[in-house]
Amino acid sequence: MQYLLLIHDDEKQWAKMPEAMKGKFMQEYGEFTQAIVKSGHFRAGSQLQPTSTATTVREKNGKTLTLDGPFAETKEQLGGYYLVECKDLDEAIAIAKRIPSVRASGSGAVIEVRPLVPMSEAARTAAAR
Amino acid sequence: MNLGDLHRREYGRILASLIRTVGDFDLAEDSLQDAFEAALAQWPAEGPSQNPVAWLIATARHKAVDRLRRRVLAEGKRDQIARLLEPQEDTPVPLDSLRLIFTCCHPALSPEAQVALTLRTVCGLETEAIARAFVVPVPTLSQRLVRAKAKIKGARIPYEVPEDDVLADRLDTVLAVVYLVFNEGYSASFGADLLRADLCTEAIRLGRLLTELLPAEREPKGLLALMLLHDARRDTRTGDDGEFVLLEDQDRSRWDRAKIAEGAALVQEALRARPPGNHAVQAAIAALHAQAPTAGETDWPQIAALYGVLASIYPSPVVELNRAVAIAMADGPEHGLALLQNIDLPGYHLLPAARADLLRRLGRRDEAASAYREALALVTNDAERRYLERRLREVTGCPRRVGATR
Repeated sequence: MQYLLLIHDDEKQWAKMPEAMKGKFMQEYGEFTQAIVKSGHFRAGSQLQPTSTATTVREKNGKTLTLDGPFAETKEQLGGYYLVECKDLDEAIAIAKRIPSVRASGSGAVIEVRPLVPMSEAARTAAAR
Repeated sequence: MNLGDLHRREYGRILASLIRTVGDFDLAEDSLQDAFEAALAQWPAEGPSQNPVAWLIATARHKAVDRLRRRVLAEGKRDQIARLLEPQEDTPVPLDSLRLIFTCCHPALSPEAQVALTLRTVCGLETEAIARAFVVPVPTLSQRLVRAKAKIKGARIPYEVPEDDVLADRLDTVLAVVYLVFNEGYSASFGADLLRADLCTEAIRLGRLLTELLPAEREPKGLLALMLLHDARRDTRTGDDGEFVLLEDQDRSRWDRAKIAEGAALVQEALRARPPGNHAVQAAIAALHAQAPTAGETDWPQIAALYGVLASIYPSPVVELNRAVAIAMADGPEHGLALLQNIDLPGYHLLPAARADLLRRLGRRDEAASAYREALALVTNDAERRYLERRLREVTGCPRRVGATR
């Protein structure tokens, strides 16, 4: 079963962080990623550029509209993600708890754990259409 | 045992075992329903089976195979059928009940869903009964159950007892659900709503199950003790007209001695944990109240000390409030009153109510009256409102000699 771990945190805090701390934080992320690659859970993952680089494409009255900015203005923003292969939700939660952003005290980071629709089921739904 | 009793007593155990073998909540529930219907049709004519539980499990398993066969062409569930047709021991395994409880009380489910799912599956209560006990429309509760089961399946919440490293955390969630069920039944047990009493009984049953299945854990014992000690006093908490009766005024001869003895013995075991758990300490306090021959002989210094322990492991303004009241009883109202000044509990009627009672006992009637009014503006429970109104009348009515009140 695959789960997407969506890392939400306050990007302003990240921007304000001193370079030395940033370096240490990135190192922790590097080690964490290494560990889940080694354990066989890692499928994909990356940090995202800040929401100031985001563009939204949306449907409005039958047309597509391209606009500057993220999907929603919130206190926390989607800052990165991991795609992991786990035997069940508990394993995915255990991995989410190890993500450096939630381990950092006072970061206010939130990880959303979302299961993917399994391939076979997606294929069946597509075939039924 | 008739089929109704069997359903009541064994439903959760049988379902727990079926969920493991068929690997699917809905399929297990539907097949068990089929099996009970089959029993209803066959047993009156043929007589019940020698081992009704095994019969129900075996029948439900076959019904599950039938149901899966019907789905096979559409979805290709051959593996699942093959697994179900392997010979199996048709007796409930205690571990399955524990798996079911931990799955129902998984923190990834909302607290409302945890409670509903536990009562529906582990206790086998009907959806309608749960809805009525929690004063929720039946469709809302059904929706809650459907959504929870869909999440268990979709997000693959495991059907397992958690690993040791998270067991304590997960057990806390389970105990919170059990205590919530108990409190829902206990705190609103005014009137004759038997469903409410049912909730207390179910919570105590769950507590017993947890102490049996996790014999090395202290907190389930603490919680079971706490529930038994409260439940022992249930009938004396309200008077003939449904009015609220204070602990000190309750008829102690009507307390359930067997429950108190059982609770007190469990407290001893639960308190052996270091540090002691939250439920164990609360149960120890309840035991001191329950074992005092008269209200006047209550060991208030010991109770105050236990609230101090509780505040250190589980800091909360409500605990501080109780500690202040215990100190007032042990050392005099003025000591408690001083502690109350520092407690911040906005909107909570018991804080001004406690202040009012201490002021009344100090003979400061005007201040007491204004504190009673403050409490009355916040109280929501009718029985408690009547109690506060009676006290307010006392302090504003014809003056008595100072010192005559208590």
